[in-house]
Formats: sequence, C-alpha cells, structure tokens
Amino acid sequence: MTVAGADPAHTPDLRFISDGDGGTRVELSGAWNLRSLQLVLPALVARLGACGSDVRWDLRSVVTLDHAGAMLLWRAWGRRRIAGLELRPEHEALFTHFAPVAFQAAPRRRRTWIGKFLSVGARVAIALEHLRDLVALLGCIVLDAVQLVRHPARVPIREISANIYRTGAQALGITALVGFLIGVVLSYLSSNQLRTFGADVFIVNILGISIVRELGPVLAAILVAGRSGSAMTAQIGVMRVTEELDAMAVLGIPHTLRLILPKVIALAIALPLIVLWTNAMALAGGMLSAHIELGISFRYFLGSLPDAVPVANFWLGLGKGAVFGVLIALVACHFGLRIQPNTESLGIGTTNAVVSAITVVIIVDAVFAVTFSHIGIY
Amino acid sequence: MDDCIIDIRGLWTRFGGNVVHRDIDLCVHRGEVLSLVGGSGSGKTTLLRQMLGLERPSHGEVRVFGRSLYEGTADELRTLRHRWGVLFQEGALFSALSVYDNVALPLRELKTVDEDLIRDLVGLKLELVGIEAQHFAKMPAELSGGMVKRVALARALALEPELLFLDEPTAGLDPDRSESFVRLIADLRRELGLTVVMVTHDLDTLVALSTRVAVLADQRIVVIGPMYEVAAFTHDFIRNFFQGERGRRALGAVGAHAADADTGREPAVAG
Repeated sequence: MTVAGADPAHTPDLRFISDGDGGTRVELSGAWNLRSLQLVLPALVARLGACGSDVRWDLRSVVTLDHAGAMLLWRAWGRRRIAGLELRPEHEALFTHFAPVAFQAAPRRRRTWIGKFLSVGARVAIALEHLRDLVALLGCIVLDAVQLVRHPARVPIREISANIYRTGAQALGITALVGFLIGVVLSYLSSNQLRTFGADVFIVNILGISIVRELGPVLAAILVAGRSGSAMTAQIGVMRVTEELDAMAVLGIPHTLRLILPKVIALAIALPLIVLWTNAMALAGGMLSAHIELGISFRYFLGSLPDAVPVANFWLGLGKGAVFGVLIALVACHFGLRIQPNTESLGIGTTNAVVSAITVVIIVDAVFAVTFSHIGIY
Repeated sequence: MDDCIIDIRGLWTRFGGNVVHRDIDLCVHRGEVLSLVGGSGSGKTTLLRQMLGLERPSHGEVRVFGRSLYEGTADELRTLRHRWGVLFQEGALFSALSVYDNVALPLRELKTVDEDLIRDLVGLKLELVGIEAQHFAKMPAELSGGMVKRVALARALALEPELLFLDEPTAGLDPDRSESFVRLIADLRRELGLTVVMVTHDLDTLVALSTRVAVLADQRIVVIGPMYEVAAFTHDFIRNFFQGERGRRALGAVGAHAADADTGREPAVAG
C-alpha cells in the first residue's frame, strides 16, 4: 500500500481485453479507493455502466481497494457477486458485508393540504402551551416568593446580587452609549422642526416626556432583553444539556427558587435603575444637541425640565422598567427550560427567547400607554 | 524508520510553567494498534490531540503519513485529514443531524460523490457497525451510549481512513457492550487493514486490542512495547495499573494473547 493521490500510476482505470475464447475481460488497475476515485468519479461511473453484464472482471492489478471502490463495482455488477471475478485474496474480505438490496432512504413526507391545515393547528396549540407554561412558571415563582417570606433565611441573596451585577452593573456601558446617541439624534431632528415654528424652548418638553415616559424604559428593556435575556436562556439551556438541572432536582433544590426567582427579582431591581441611567444619558445627549443646534443653555434645560415633565412620568417609567424586567426574565427562563438537549434547540431557544421578550415588552408598553393615557400629561 | 505512519520527534508541551511532555519520541508503525496509557493528567489526550493537529506542541514535530501537520496549504492539510478517522470519547455526533446524515456528512463534504453512492456507502458503514436501518432516521439524542459510539465509529470510517484514532473507545459502556464494541473494532481493523492509535483506561480493552502499549508517566514515555513486556516493566505507575487486582485479572489472558500480539520488537525504553 503506497500513498495514492494525484499520482498517475494510481489513477483508477479500466480497460477491455479480448480473450482468446471470444469473451471480454475488464481489467481494472490503479487505486480504487475513495481518495483517488473522487477525482474521476463521474467519468468512471459512466464507463462502468457501459461494461455490460457478460464480461469477466479482473481485479488483480488493483493496488488498493476500499469500500467506496468495491461499492462502485458492486453497483456495476447489479448488486451481486458475479461469476468470473478474479481478485486478490486480501480484497476478498471487503465484499463480505455487501447486501444484494440497497438501503432504501425513508421517503420524504409530502405536504398535503390536510398537513398544512394541521400544522396551523399545531402552531396554535404550541402558542397555547407556551402561554400555559408561562403562567405556570409565574405561579411557581409566586409560591416560591411566599415561601421565602415565611423563611427569610432561604432568600438566595448571593444569586440575586450576582444577577443584579451581571444584568445591571455590566449593562451600564452599552445603555449609556445607546441612550446618549438616541438623545442626540432625537434632539437634533426635533430641533430642526421646532426652529421652523419658532418653538425652540419646547425641545425640553419633547425630549423630557418622550425619553422619561417612553424611550428610556423601552430602550433599556430592549437592550437588556438582547443582552441578559439571551444569556439567561442559554445558561439554563446549557444546564439542561449537561443535566445540571436534573442534578439540582435530585438534590432537592427547586430550579424555580435557585435559578429563576433570583433572575426575576434581580431584573425587577436592576431594570428600573438601568431605565434611570438610560434616561439620564439620553437627556444629556439631547441637552448637548439642543445646546449646539438651538443654543439652549444647560442651566435653562435642566431648570425647566421639572416644569415640563410632571413627576408622574418618572414614576411611570420606573414602574414600566420593573414590569419589563420581570417579563424579560420570565420569558427568558421559560424558553431556557424548554430547550432540548441538543445544540440546534439551544440556538432556536435563545433566538425565540429574545424575539419573544422584545415583542412582549412592546405589547405591554402599548397596554401601559392606553391604561395611563390620562396620567402625567397636561 | 520509513514505515512510521505517525512520527513524533522531540515533542515538548508546556501549559504555563507546567511541563506535560518532556522530549517525547514516538513512532506508530503501519498496521499496529498502539495504546497510550498513563495516569490522569499525564497528557495522553493532549498527545492524541497533537497527533490530530488540534493542538500544537511547544516544541518538536509531529509528522503523519510523512507530512508535517503545521506546513502545507489548506488543501494539502484537508487531504491529509481525510486519511484518518477519529472516534471521540463522547462520540461528538452532530446533534442537529440524524444518524444517517451524520455519517453522510463527510462524504457530502467531498462534493464529488453523488447522493446514490453516498446512500449505499452510508448504509454499508452503518451495517458494518451493526446499526439497523430502523435507526437511520433517529437523532443522536434518541440513541443509547453504545449506539452513539457505533454511529461515531461509522462516521470515523466514512472516508475510508487508513488511520483510526480512538479516545477512550469503551468509556461509559457497560461490560457487555464494551466487549462487543472491542470485538467490532478488532474485526474492522482486520478487514480494513487500519492502523489504530488508542487512548484508554480500560484494561480489558487494552489487552484485547493492543499490539503495542506506550506508558506515559513522569512527562515521558517510560516504556513502549508489547503488552506482556510492558506489564513486566518496573515502574510505580505500571505496578499500580497492571499489577493490581484488576490488572492481574485482565492480564490473565495475556499469556495466550502474547503469542499472536508479539510483533517481535524489543521494548524501546525512551528517555
């Protein structure tokens, strides 16, 4: 056995030789292994197909033969051991596992209209199942929280604190950057419009209300959903894959208490603080832009802000932050718990968690907008 | 020696200040089954990964089929990699692909083999390792540990390799399954003429498959040679490993085994 590659001496080849008795013999030569075959495969298959059935086969000059080569020949022979086959004894063993019938791939299921109809139903059923599981998870967490009130010593303080650090403190940088830039852009675009009407001073009202009431909470929630929500889903999902969740269950540690509740509480605390921070940064950006574009001084901007924005907006924003935090953590953990122990499910689960968390945040924000439409606005 | 399929010269591995391998030389001959044994942390798996080109030693050279793993174009390296198959400890099946697709993947990646031939070859490989057609459509998560290993072996053999690496082939299998898996590997090796490099802890596997055993300890290969010679060598690790209760039991068969395992080579004491 020698190294076979592009070496012409090893190129698999066949030639027809007429025997004295009028029969035809096919003599194979070269290396009939996958490495050499793959270079010349289509041409060789065609030539093998043209050999006909009443020839004798001589494999004695074949340098190497492996399953791929043997399979090619087997197919040319019509899936049977033909008579008049001459081969080297060391190649004999290769044919022992060859079966006369080909393995049949399972036929692909065709989509019929009934199938499509049923798949719509299945989607609805899955959506309902998600809803039911989410409610069940929420129930578990409430029960856990009640337990914790009765036994304050069991409060998972360390987990909560670690989660606040990860989801809150470590998100300060990105929320500051995004908040500041949004503030600058919003202020710049609005000031152009306001200047046409000579209503320059109302920039404070526009920025104040929109940022404190709407943009700050939603922006922070979307960033945190993308950043921490995906991390939560992936963490719980990997724990499922590595059977850590089962280990916790066996040790009598409920996951809802040690894994999920701390995340929910931590995000309920951290997200309002992040909202506050994002508000501050966005207002700072807006203030800077207003100063450059409209010449409104920082002192005037800050001084008129409390008059322009009723304090109810501020509390509304923080309240939204807390609700969004709970929802993001719940949705993320819910998707994490549904992950199956395989890599594909992990990817799908994480994507779904982020998309669902952001969608839920925006839907709930709309509910807030309708419910509190009379509060905090003159 | 020119019949070294894997040739390791002066290999050093350091992790930080910690020396794992100190000037290791090793030659794997064509057609043999070389087992690497050693205590945990002795660098068996690291050495295996270096032979696969997954890790690079701090010093020294690893040549496989006479080619360095660190030189050459991407195409050359890919061709080289097609000449060996690897069975990972946990199987490392792609969890998103079915059993059939796992074995078909390496063939499809060649881009030159048509789907009909792939179907026949995959069917053959899976039959070879004893997986029945009813399991072809299953996902790896639905398989038992023994079946995962069999499918992983079929995938390792998909590209008709000449060299097979086995990382703990029988770890996690019950004694019965492990015995039949060892028999399967032995049969395939004979039929396909494979060279095998194996890392194992399991004495029964070691005794049943190895033609030579290399013992890694004290950062070196302390002894390499046929089973019965290695077992007789005086070293702390070998005494604990081979000459304990379990070791003596497993080696009970070695007297008979020695006759056919004997490659006629003297045990080369390295270092």
